[in-house]
Amino acid sequence: MEVQLSGGLRDAANGVSSIEIEASTIRELMQKFGALYPHMAATLQDEVAVSINGQVFRDNWNQEIPSDAEVFLMPRIPGG
Amino acid sequence: MAHDKTYTDQDFKLVGTRPLRPDGVDKVTGRARYGADMNAPGQLVGLILRSPHAHAQIKKIDTSKAEKLAGVKAVITSADLPDLTNGDAGMYDTLENCMARERALYDGHAVAAVAAVDAETARAALKLVKVQYKKLKHVTDVDEAMQPGAPIVQPRIKDKETGLSTNVCGMTPFGHGDIEKGFAEADVIVERSYKTEQTHQGYIEPHACLATMGPDGQGELWVTTQGHFTFRNVCSALLGIDLAKLKVTSSEIGGGFGGKTHVWVEPVALALSRKANRPVKMVMTRDEVFRATGPTCSTSMDVKIGATKDGKITAAEATMRYQDGAFPGIWGMLGGLTSFACYDLPNVKSVGIDVLVNRPKVAAYRAPSAPMAAFGVESTLDILAAELKMKPVELRLLNAAQEGTQSSYGPTYGPIGIKPTLEAVKKHPHMRAKLGKNQGRGMACGFWFNIGGQTCSDINIGTDGTVNLTVGTVDVGGARASLSLICAEELGIPYESVKCAIGDTGSLGHNDTTEGSRGTFSSGMATIFAARNAIEELKQRASIMWDIPAEEIDWAEGKALATGVKNSNLGELTLAEIARKSPNTGGPIAGHNEINADGAGVSFASHICDVEVDPETGSTRVIRYTVIQDAGKAIHPDYVEGQFQGGAAQGIGWALNEEYIYGKDGTLQNPGFLDYRVPVCSDLPFIDTEILEIPNPTHPYGVRGVGETSIVPPLAAIGNAVSNAVGVRMNHVPMSPPRILKALKEDQADQKAVSAG
Repeated sequence: MEVQLSGGLRDAANGVSSIEIEASTIRELMQKFGALYPHMAATLQDEVAVSINGQVFRDNWNQEIPSDAEVFLMPRIPGG
Repeated sequence: MAHDKTYTDQDFKLVGTRPLRPDGVDKVTGRARYGADMNAPGQLVGLILRSPHAHAQIKKIDTSKAEKLAGVKAVITSADLPDLTNGDAGMYDTLENCMARERALYDGHAVAAVAAVDAETARAALKLVKVQYKKLKHVTDVDEAMQPGAPIVQPRIKDKETGLSTNVCGMTPFGHGDIEKGFAEADVIVERSYKTEQTHQGYIEPHACLATMGPDGQGELWVTTQGHFTFRNVCSALLGIDLAKLKVTSSEIGGGFGGKTHVWVEPVALALSRKANRPVKMVMTRDEVFRATGPTCSTSMDVKIGATKDGKITAAEATMRYQDGAFPGIWGMLGGLTSFACYDLPNVKSVGIDVLVNRPKVAAYRAPSAPMAAFGVESTLDILAAELKMKPVELRLLNAAQEGTQSSYGPTYGPIGIKPTLEAVKKHPHMRAKLGKNQGRGMACGFWFNIGGQTCSDINIGTDGTVNLTVGTVDVGGARASLSLICAEELGIPYESVKCAIGDTGSLGHNDTTEGSRGTFSSGMATIFAARNAIEELKQRASIMWDIPAEEIDWAEGKALATGVKNSNLGELTLAEIARKSPNTGGPIAGHNEINADGAGVSFASHICDVEVDPETGSTRVIRYTVIQDAGKAIHPDYVEGQFQGGAAQGIGWALNEEYIYGKDGTLQNPGFLDYRVPVCSDLPFIDTEILEIPNPTHPYGVRGVGETSIVPPLAAIGNAVSNAVGVRMNHVPMSPPRILKALKEDQADQKAVSAG
């Protein structure tokens, strides 16, 4: 599936805006992405959320990703 | 407020009603205990010495005389807070903000602290701490900080290309499409620049805590906070304490709005207590709160929007510069993320820039960064509507995002509420009310993400059938009432039978901070699942009482019902009847849930505002205000309306009066409520509200967060109203009387020049 990068993650990933990764869970996605961009390990751990079909997930490694899902890696959002 | 059952397929008996708040009597009788209301035997008074300079090297701190003063039990500097952050840059920033190390980075930055037997002695001790400063050049304006040669706030921040130190600590682009092609297709292009000034969350209760740290490595912290688990984690990391050995209890909170998501004095109080081996109480003065805690950013931004002559936006672009104070943040990035989120745009680009200045470390403030971005975008949209000769609401409706729209920050939206809020604006009587002399009307839209996060909920059922519900998200906006309603709804018992409390860090697993409008969303979700877990146990106990398999028991309306013809003689067992027999059927009955409450639904609002401006004084009065917002599902509508009204009230203050004013020496000139004026009740009209309910598909009840979005549109709604009232576009917040008079004067001068020319 195509994983799209949002915001500063594109710069961090050497200008890449999307990448093909096969993953059925957030954990698998993070592992495979992290293997491609090891310098982003700390960013992936603490600063990234995953949008799956428009719903944002922050922490749950076990969250399943449908094979045809729209997937974005985007910044984690704090709040007030 | 018709509830859409598309996702939840649920009729509610209690959810959506308006019972009395469970904390009301405590709060009106003074029984509620806030941060400063806790005391311990032998406690000391802790005070902090703060930098009088905007930027200075700390050459030497001599604490010897203070330490010798009778009654002084501990004096600390940064030397007593060694760096245990192990390369965690964010944690190091927190450490440095709590106590300056080599340099004081802003007026009010802590440089030393004392603990003494009473306040008088502590104040005397502070005077005996001698600090040798070497003043350094400072910068407090976001645009000036970006200029070549500006004083550098954090030399460790380097420009990626030049390798030189810079105050620009982040530059984050968002968007999609071809922005140049989009502007080429536009018939009308509007481009404007805007500024907003720094404001404080303005909570009534100052930061306060009581810290106890023993020589055995065990400690306790009573504190006013939005996130006691986060405070535990941060304090433990900074001071080298095992998580399990520091118990943090959240007091009642007198407002936070994001400012109490961060630690300020708490690690210092624990460090003083550890050194003195006595409890230490610290209560900030209002002056300290203003100078050294949690303001939001000031900003400077450029916005450009192009549209066809029939009003379809072809391209939108924004460059937004946010000052983060003296430590790197993500506030500019959030401005970039949220700026165009309300709209369906084929070509969009927003860049959020984070900039360091010699001001306090910026903290979150209710939908952080979104109000300023909305001010720029929504003001520009109104100018565009005027040029297109369209009604502002029609231009927005024509371009509003909807389900299936790719958001400006990337992902495609599911079901969202921006169009319904705009349609409600069109229909609202407020839009048809006549305006008088010097009056103007404005409207604006706003967006906020909302978040979920780690959450725990415990339900313990007493033998009389009443229920203790314990959650770990601090109640900042009425969550105990909402969560009690949810618990009662699920269990099928009266609201009054549930007592909800906030557990300390030793009584529950980790709970993320109450921020991002997550309290009722995430603890509500955990409470629903905990209640369902308890119901399974109740059915098991009923099966023991009836001596039938649990599979033959249903649960409905607070009762166990035996199913099947062979059980038709068994009737029903109420929750209270089952609970009464619990000592004989297996012991206490409880339900638990621990989750990552992901899938928070995004939220949209549209506001309408009428103002009257006195052209002689420049004074503005808001005469009518309406908030329309999507709540997903309003659990307790009174509180939802209260959140809507509160956000609007804070936005009105931000738009018209509130402003950090720094002198040329870089010191804050108005650190008090006399000179930093928040609106009081008599300044405001009744704020009307309309709740829309477009359910969030990922929450069992369809809940979205409601706490923050309401502060996003006011700056722009008021800006548009004021501009319409005076006939001059206002591009600088706050629109205080001097600024309005200046704008009117400049406009008159321009008109004279045109006439003369």
